[in-house]
Amino acid sequence: MRSYIGRTLKMASVLALVAGSAQAEDVEVLHWWTSGGEAAALNVLKDDLQKEGIGWKDMPVAGGGGQSAMTVLRARVTSGDPPTAVQMLGFDISDWAQQGALADLDKVAADGNWDAVVPAALQKFSKYDGHWVAVPVNVHSTNWVWSNKKMLADLGIEEPKTWDEFIAAMQKVKDSGKIALAAGGQPWQEATMFDGVVLSVGGPEFYKKAFVDLDPDALGGPQMVESFKRMEQLHSFVDPNFSGRDWNLATAMVINGEAAFQMMGDWAKGEFLRAGKEAEVDFGCFRTPGTAGDVTFNSDQFAMFKVGEDAQAAQDAMAKAVMSPSFQIAFNTVKGSVPSRTDVSDEEFDACGKKAMAQLKSASENGTLLGSMAHGHADPASVKNAIYDVVTANFNGDYDAETAAKELVKAVSLAQ
Amino acid sequence: MARPVQSDLRTRLQEWIPKIVLAPSVASMLIFVYGFIVFTGYLSFTNSRILPSFDLVGWHNYWRLFQLPTWTIAVQNLAIFASLYIAICIAIGLTLAIFLDQKIRGEGMLRPIFLYPMALSFIVTGTAWKWLLDPGIGIEHTLHLWGWESFHFGWIKSSSMAIYTVVIAAVWQSSGFVMAMFLAGLRGIDNEILKAAQMDGASNWNLYRRIIIPQLRPAFLSAFVILAHLAVKSYDLVIALTGGGPGRATELPATFMYSYTFTRNEMGVGAASAVIMLMTIAAIMIPYLYAELKEPK
Repeated sequence: MRSYIGRTLKMASVLALVAGSAQAEDVEVLHWWTSGGEAAALNVLKDDLQKEGIGWKDMPVAGGGGQSAMTVLRARVTSGDPPTAVQMLGFDISDWAQQGALADLDKVAADGNWDAVVPAALQKFSKYDGHWVAVPVNVHSTNWVWSNKKMLADLGIEEPKTWDEFIAAMQKVKDSGKIALAAGGQPWQEATMFDGVVLSVGGPEFYKKAFVDLDPDALGGPQMVESFKRMEQLHSFVDPNFSGRDWNLATAMVINGEAAFQMMGDWAKGEFLRAGKEAEVDFGCFRTPGTAGDVTFNSDQFAMFKVGEDAQAAQDAMAKAVMSPSFQIAFNTVKGSVPSRTDVSDEEFDACGKKAMAQLKSASENGTLLGSMAHGHADPASVKNAIYDVVTANFNGDYDAETAAKELVKAVSLAQ
Repeated sequence: MARPVQSDLRTRLQEWIPKIVLAPSVASMLIFVYGFIVFTGYLSFTNSRILPSFDLVGWHNYWRLFQLPTWTIAVQNLAIFASLYIAICIAIGLTLAIFLDQKIRGEGMLRPIFLYPMALSFIVTGTAWKWLLDPGIGIEHTLHLWGWESFHFGWIKSSSMAIYTVVIAAVWQSSGFVMAMFLAGLRGIDNEILKAAQMDGASNWNLYRRIIIPQLRPAFLSAFVILAHLAVKSYDLVIALTGGGPGRATELPATFMYSYTFTRNEMGVGAASAVIMLMTIAAIMIPYLYAELKEPK
C-alpha cells in the first residue's frame, strides 16, 4: 500500500514538473471558437506558434457571444492567474484595461507598424489610454444576409435591393412552403438582426445617434418604432420552432435548403465553406437591404493579460504572429471574416470576402464603418444587454413597436 | 497532589476537544456563508460593475432593480414556479406514498423507480425535457409521425406558457423524493392507533384524513423546506431547459442574479437582487420554522 502511494506521489510530482516547465513556453488562450469553422480557423494560429516552439494550452469555453468565457475569465483574474490571451470583443477590452489587468504591447506594435495598417475604428478598441493592449484578429460585419442561391433561382427571386423587395422575396418563399428566414431565438442573434434593421431604417447618422450617443430622442423616436415594426415583419417569416436555436444550426438550415435567408454576421460564411459550398455560386451574400455602403463591424481581438516575465516572450511572439499578414490571410479565409489590417492582398479570398474587404475599406474612408451594437462595439456590456432585453421582448411578441421604443429609452437610461 | 491536576487536565481536555474539533468547520462556515452574505450585502450598496468596488452609492442599486422589467418577470416567474412546484410535488408525493403503503406486491421495485429521477442532476433533467418538449423533435413530432397530426404541444416555445414547462420538469424530478419522505412518515405511524380507529368503525378515507395525514406534519415540514429552497435556488434547470427564453420569459431571480453579476458587468444590481432573494426566503422560512420547531416543548 505504502509503495503504491509513494509511486502515485512521485508520478504526481513528475507530472507537476512537466506541467510547470511547459507553462513557461506555452500560451494559454481562452476563447469561444468552438464551432467547426471557428475551430478550424484557430488551428492555423496553433500551427504557426508550434513552428516557433511555443506550445498552445487551449481553454475553450463554448457559447456564442462569449458570455460564459467572460465568467471564467473573471474567476481567473480575481484569483491572480490570468490566461496569456483572451478572445474579447469591443468594450470588454476597455473595461479590463481600466482595471489595469492588460499588458502593454507598444513595443511589438511599434516593430510591426500597427498604427499605420490597422483601421482607426478598430484601434479605438485595441488601444487603451494610447497604449496597445489587444491584437485585432479579424473584422466581422453584422449587416449581412446569407441566401441559398439554388432555392432563390428555383423560385425566381432576384437578390433584393430594398427592404420592400426583401419582404416580398421572403413572402414568396413562405408561400412556397419553405422557411423564409432561418433564425435562432437567442437575444444576441435577434440583436444582430436589429443592427442591420436599424441601419436600414435610419442610416449611419441615426445609428450613431441611437447606439453610440444613446440619444433618448433617437432611441424613442419614430425611426426606432419603424425599426421595431420591421423586426415584427421579420418575426412573421421565421419558423415556429426558432427559439433557443444556435446560430450555426440556423445556418445549416440555409445550407441544407430548408430555409432561404439568414441575417447573421459573416462568421456564418465559415459554416458554408466548411460544408463545401462556394460563395456566390451555392450561397449568396448581400448587405441587409437598405444598408449598402455601411458596415457595422465587430472585431475579435486577443486581449493580452499581464503575465509573469517568464511568459512575456511567448506572449509577444503570439501577438506578433497574430498580426502577421500570412496568418491574417490564412485565418480569415477560413473564418469568414476579413483581415484587421488593410494592407493585405484579397487574392486568396472568395467572392464574398473580396466584396467585404472592398466595402470595409470604402466604409472606413467614408466614415460609415460603425461599431456593432449587438456585439459590444457601440456600448458597454450593461447598455448592450439592456438593449437586448427590449429587442428580444419585442421579437417574441411581449412588446409592440411603440412600447418597445418607450421601454428602450427607459432600459438604456437605467443601465448607464 | 498529582492526581487532581491530572483529572483536572482530563476534564478540561474533554471539555475542549469537541470545541477544538468543531472550530474549523464553524470558522469556515462563519466566513464562507455569513461572511459572504455580509460582503454581498455591502456590495449591493456600492457602484461595483465588472469587479467589486467599495464606493458607496446608497439605495441606488435597489431603486434600479425595481425599475427593471426583467426583475419583475423573474419575481413573478418564481411565484408561479415555486407555488406550483411545491404544491404539485407534495400532492403527487403523498398520493404515491399512500398507494405504495397499501402493502402491494412489487413495492421494492416500484420505490426506486419513482426515486431515481432525484439521482439525476437538474442539468440532465433540463436537457432531456428540452428535447422531449421541443415541438420539432420531441413528443409533438413523435405523435405526428404516429399519425396524430392535429396534436399540438408547443409550451416551451411560447412566452406565456414556457414557465410551466419548467414546473413539469422539476416536478418529474422531485416528486419521487417527496414520496420517499412521506412513505417514511407513514411507516412511522403507530399501528395500534390505526387498529383502534378501525375497531371504532372509521372508514379508510376518514382514517387518512383525520389520523394519518395530521400525523405526517413533520414530513410536510421537511418536504416544504426542501422544496422551497430548491425552488428559490433553481438555476441549472432553467438554463438547461430554456436558457431563460423565449426572450426573457423564464428568467428566475437566480438566473437574473447570475447574468447581472457576471455577464452584464452590473455587480451592484446583482448583489442587490441576491439580498432581496435572501430576505424573501427569510421572511417565509423563519416564522414557519419558528412555529414548527417551538411546538413540541
